[in-house]
Amino acid sequence: MKTLSRLLRSPEAVAGFALLAGMAAMALLAPLLFPADPLAIAGPPLTPPFETWQHVFGTDRLGRDVLAGLFHGARTSLAVGLAAAAAAIVAGSLIGTAAGFAGGLADEALMRVTDAFQTVPAFLLALAFVSVAGPSLTTVVAAIALGAWTGPARIARAEILSLRERDFVAGARVVGMHPVEIALREVLPNALPPVLALSSVIVAGAVLIEASLSFLGLGDPNRVTWGGMIAEGRTVLRSAPFLSIIPGIALVLTVLGVYLAGEGVVEASAARRSFA
Amino acid sequence: MKSPLLSATGLQKTFRRGENRFAALAGVDLEIAAGETLALVGPSGSGKSTLARVLMRLIEPDAGALRFAGENLLALTGSRLRAIRSRFQMVFQDPLAAFNPRATVERVLYDPLRIHRIAGRGERPQRIGALLERVGLADTLRGRRIHEISGGQRQRVAIARAIATGPELVVLDEAVSALDVSVRAEIMALLACLQREQNIAYLFISHDLALVRDTAHRVAVIDQGRIVETGEAKRLIAAPASAMGKALVAAAMKLPRRNGPEFLP
Amino acid sequence: MSTLLEISGLRVRYRSGRSEAEALRGIDLSLSASERVAVIGESGSGKSTLALAIAGLLPRDTLLEGDIRWPGLAHAPRNGKDIGFVFQDPGGTLDPVISVGRQVAEVAEVNLGFSRRRAMDLAAELFERVRLQGTLLHAYPHQLSGGQRQRVGIAAAIAAGPAVLVADEPTSALDTIVQAEIVSLIGRLVRESGMALLIVSHDIALAVAIADRIVVLKDGAVVEAGESAEIVARPRAAYTQKLLAACLTLDETADEGAL
Repeated sequence: MKTLSRLLRSPEAVAGFALLAGMAAMALLAPLLFPADPLAIAGPPLTPPFETWQHVFGTDRLGRDVLAGLFHGARTSLAVGLAAAAAAIVAGSLIGTAAGFAGGLADEALMRVTDAFQTVPAFLLALAFVSVAGPSLTTVVAAIALGAWTGPARIARAEILSLRERDFVAGARVVGMHPVEIALREVLPNALPPVLALSSVIVAGAVLIEASLSFLGLGDPNRVTWGGMIAEGRTVLRSAPFLSIIPGIALVLTVLGVYLAGEGVVEASAARRSFA
Repeated sequence: MKSPLLSATGLQKTFRRGENRFAALAGVDLEIAAGETLALVGPSGSGKSTLARVLMRLIEPDAGALRFAGENLLALTGSRLRAIRSRFQMVFQDPLAAFNPRATVERVLYDPLRIHRIAGRGERPQRIGALLERVGLADTLRGRRIHEISGGQRQRVAIARAIATGPELVVLDEAVSALDVSVRAEIMALLACLQREQNIAYLFISHDLALVRDTAHRVAVIDQGRIVETGEAKRLIAAPASAMGKALVAAAMKLPRRNGPEFLP
Repeated sequence: MSTLLEISGLRVRYRSGRSEAEALRGIDLSLSASERVAVIGESGSGKSTLALAIAGLLPRDTLLEGDIRWPGLAHAPRNGKDIGFVFQDPGGTLDPVISVGRQVAEVAEVNLGFSRRRAMDLAAELFERVRLQGTLLHAYPHQLSGGQRQRVGIAAAIAAGPAVLVADEPTSALDTIVQAEIVSLIGRLVRESGMALLIVSHDIALAVAIADRIVVLKDGAVVEAGESAEIVARPRAAYTQKLLAACLTLDETADEGAL
């Protein structure tokens, strides 16, 4: 409760959550407000925005409604962003926990693998993965997670290394607890808060990578994505810049919202911890 | 002395950090009989805590032998080691650090019962109630989190956890050093009472001889990883033979003789 | 002796969210120049709050009523210059990335306007006074033992020649041998320089060893105050008697029976 009230007192956090709530509402309401296929032709091509009520944000080269695309694109962006971040955090914390607990050779090996992944830019990794595995929603999620798990893994490992020397772990051993139970029940939950603090950065990064992949035509072809919409508008950038600018703004607002909200949560919970 | 409950011979442990080596234990011999209190006293860095952790099988010694109730403790691993842990327990100096910060009192006491399959599942809540009563805590504390209760209460919970499995030996690693004097006296009385009723042996680790004098049967003085002196508590404190024993006695706090009315209970 | 510090009706309340906790409920206390006073009590008695209040180190949103006056000083007291503060945990108050000698020297630079060179000379001198080897001037806090760190803390506290040394449980984190050394060090320094001493402790035996006067605190109020010897010999308050009874020392007659 206290964390929540502190959260609501910070204007940045409130703005962030408002933006995110807006995006989530768009994603959830898309099928209700725009039940038609957003990829289908809805009107005359290249209608400029604010000309007819039917196509408030206008239509693209093929006559598809931009507003409908924006709403349905929110679904893809958020779904991919959240799924990829979740996958990266779960995989990363498990690998980091394993490395931190195993120590010795296993730790060395896992950390060198982490290094290897970290030296390759996340976007190139995703690009390579999708070009080999083919563009679909799941491969895009996997491709993004592939480049993002190293951060959580490193932080989880560092936390585990410090937590595992603490007396309460010794206490659990004295009581006779099984090492796996100690790892999963005693140590991991205490190592997670700093890992979760990374999540906003990862979600924001994932949303951007998804958009970039779609921009390059490597997104799921059966779904509307903001990146795809920006790419679509590129050919008519001089005559109809709104086609790229509108989804671009949506992208910026989403990433901004994720950052601000994440920052707010971290600040509020840090404040709570310092008072405890 | 009849065959001891715990015997350690030639325990050695050297910590290495890069080029630096630090011999925390340089050949420790120690025996604890069933039901006795052996105090282990020494300054910081003398190896007290390392020894406690080696005896508890939390740290592997480099060399030496360790027998508990006739079993070769160092030979036990995995599930057999976990099983025998019910028979020797430990209370840490800082009870806040010794518990999972998220745990409730109930969970802390439930774990040892569950792990060592003590009492049936349905009977355990009642067992926890009995344990809380044993250590003088109200049943209403059950649902509280560890950080919500006072330091003295925490140390009582730690003792309840240690005796939950009916151990024969409890290592008290500076278990009362961080407590207020009046709380400390209460905890010492509780420990004495538990020892009488359940014949528990204590290894009472402290740096304070004044605290040890009235509480221990025997005292072992440790200095630089070696036991330099062992003896009956009052005799050793009255006339320490080793240099470290003398230094500890000299450093213990002294009050001027009191002539006023007798107020001691 | 002239009065250095005069506290009257001091009340301190801590605020956390909407709740308030009263730490001190009306304290009257005076300290003469070069007098040694020990404030003793158990956790929650408000003894540390009192030390922090005197040094002006309480958190900003603390509610403070009553008076803390310094008739012995011509100006408002400055921390470091007029008040030297020794903390319980010396490790926590030293900067881990600056050599300990520099940290002591900085106190003199800031408060006495010494040059870097002169301040470092003073630090060397202070290290001698607190019985630390000169080679340790260039050591970092993590390279020192707990006792050595507390000596550095004391050297920093007395660097600017304060009128009063406030020590908040200066030995609680140390083992008995080191504790005895630090207590005698503080006693010697205070005697040598004529500083007043206000030492906060939970240990009545330690208080007797170092202070002329003892103030017993319980639940934020003074239970008993008087000459040290008098308090030990004839404690009036039941609480003081309880503290004395619970205090284990070596030269009481031994009670029969072990644990």
